[in-house]
Amino acid sequence: MEIKLPTIVIGVIGADCHAVGNKIIETILTEEGFSVVNVGVLSTQEEFINAALETDAKAIFISSLYGHGEMDCEGMREKCQEAGLDDILLYVGGNIVVGKQGFEEVEKRFVSLGFNRAYPPGTPIHAGIRDIKIDLNL
Amino acid sequence: MENNLLLIDFGSTYTKLTAIDLINEEIIGTAKDITTVESDILEGYEKALSKLKEKIGCIDFGSHLACSSAAGGLKMIAIGLVPELTAEASKRAALGAGARVIKTYSFELSKREIEEIDSMKLDMILLSGGTDGGNKKCILHNAKLLSQIKNKIPIVVAGNKSALDEIEEILFNYPQVVFTENVMPKLNLINVEPVREEIRKLFFERIIEAKGINKTKSFIENIILPTPAAVLEAAKILAMGSENEEGLGSIIIVDIGGATTDIHSIGKGDPTLDSVNLKGLEEPFAKRTVEGDLGMRYSALSLYEAADKKDIKKYLSGVEVLKECEFRHNTIDFVPLSEHDFKVDEGLAKLATHYSMNRHVGRIETLYTPIGMVMNQIGKDTLEFDYMIGTGGVIVHSKNPESILSAGIFSESEPDILKPKNPKFIIDNHYILSAMGLLAQKYPTSALRMMKKYLKNI
Repeated sequence: MEIKLPTIVIGVIGADCHAVGNKIIETILTEEGFSVVNVGVLSTQEEFINAALETDAKAIFISSLYGHGEMDCEGMREKCQEAGLDDILLYVGGNIVVGKQGFEEVEKRFVSLGFNRAYPPGTPIHAGIRDIKIDLNL
Repeated sequence: MENNLLLIDFGSTYTKLTAIDLINEEIIGTAKDITTVESDILEGYEKALSKLKEKIGCIDFGSHLACSSAAGGLKMIAIGLVPELTAEASKRAALGAGARVIKTYSFELSKREIEEIDSMKLDMILLSGGTDGGNKKCILHNAKLLSQIKNKIPIVVAGNKSALDEIEEILFNYPQVVFTENVMPKLNLINVEPVREEIRKLFFERIIEAKGINKTKSFIENIILPTPAAVLEAAKILAMGSENEEGLGSIIIVDIGGATTDIHSIGKGDPTLDSVNLKGLEEPFAKRTVEGDLGMRYSALSLYEAADKKDIKKYLSGVEVLKECEFRHNTIDFVPLSEHDFKVDEGLAKLATHYSMNRHVGRIETLYTPIGMVMNQIGKDTLEFDYMIGTGGVIVHSKNPESILSAGIFSESEPDILKPKNPKFIIDNHYILSAMGLLAQKYPTSALRMMKKYLKNI
């Protein structure tokens, strides 16, 4: 199959080793025709950024399942800018915060961290695929 | 098959000859004389040859194979994009080809860096950057700047394949460029062999000419390797075996010199511990690292500076270590004579082994997470490696070579560093590793059997 769609870096951030969803995301994005670079579980911000630099990725999809997503994602946008990834899209999804919080609030906080999109628990990856096609005019 | 073979090592100091009887798989004789690269490399060679003939008489040699580290060895720089990724992959590829990697550059080069590169008196440049289909901007920028260097040394391009056509256009008028496969085609996947091959070919075709070794071309066959590459080749055949002869399994070679300490490891290095998560750039199966600050003479002072006080105490108690290191640094041709000199050299060799092994092998990083403790492995796990082989003057001439090698094995006090737990020790007491690496290029099985015969188990 010829790959026409751009490269997306995916992975699970922080001290989080939830591997199943990560594999599902890899499979589905690849089936959709994206070039997928999976940095895997337990990944640091730097690992996502270095991968995006070498592979010329257009977006980074970060997963976080263990509730510390907000802490792990802080400073990610600034580091991307520092690395020269000015236009990279940052999406985050999973159980990105703990407790019963309204997702609108949570989304606002992630937008203020520089994320383009944040998804509530239970969102299928297809939502991300729909949105990236909009964001990249594909 | 020919009867006799002459193996030549044009070293930085000595030109060493090893005559081999291939039928009986024996060393007939060895001889050495000072390398004469400034005047005529053949002078030193002829002198060594006549010494050899005095010992073994006039013998016809079927072929002559040579390796060389004369005139400073193969001096290279490696250029990549991200320091931990393509820049590191390039550095590993160049080291594996037997090069001296003077410096590693990453990201887009600046004019200052280009001036620095131009003034370095290099032999070759390795240019990489970007996975296949990945980043093109950086390598194109760097190719453009490199096209302007005054000193047109060969460039090996091993970067993003999607950028090759454009690089070819940029370097169209550059006299010496070769293109090969990407050194990191996919993220964290390393592809060093094609790059190593190109570097070695260039070394033979062009570099040795610049070093005045081409005069030997008339009688030496198409095999000239940089000496460290010959050692790595010997290690590979010794570990993996040949078609007709079994190898030893996973091995590590510790080569302690005056200026550097080299470690070669042959083996995959996959995790042997339970539930460990492998991280970072893939490791080359045959890996060489060079520690430019750990050595017995020229680098004795930097070895002292690199060492932890508690380790110095452990290996060199009751010695005025700084004074001894300064002396060795200033007297690079110093040969130990007294009991005390040997003791100090041995202690320094232990430090060099300890630190160069720590830097070569992988380590475990422990993370505490909400679901418990998880472990990441970065680099090679050599805990279960079968053999450690010692070479270099200080080990070969030592009365306690096993105590030097022991300084490089796993220790409970550094449980996160994955050094061999219980390796068998072997000493290269006839100094044959580089010669056997050469021989292996033509007769791998003979080289392997001779190593098994001449290397000493302790």
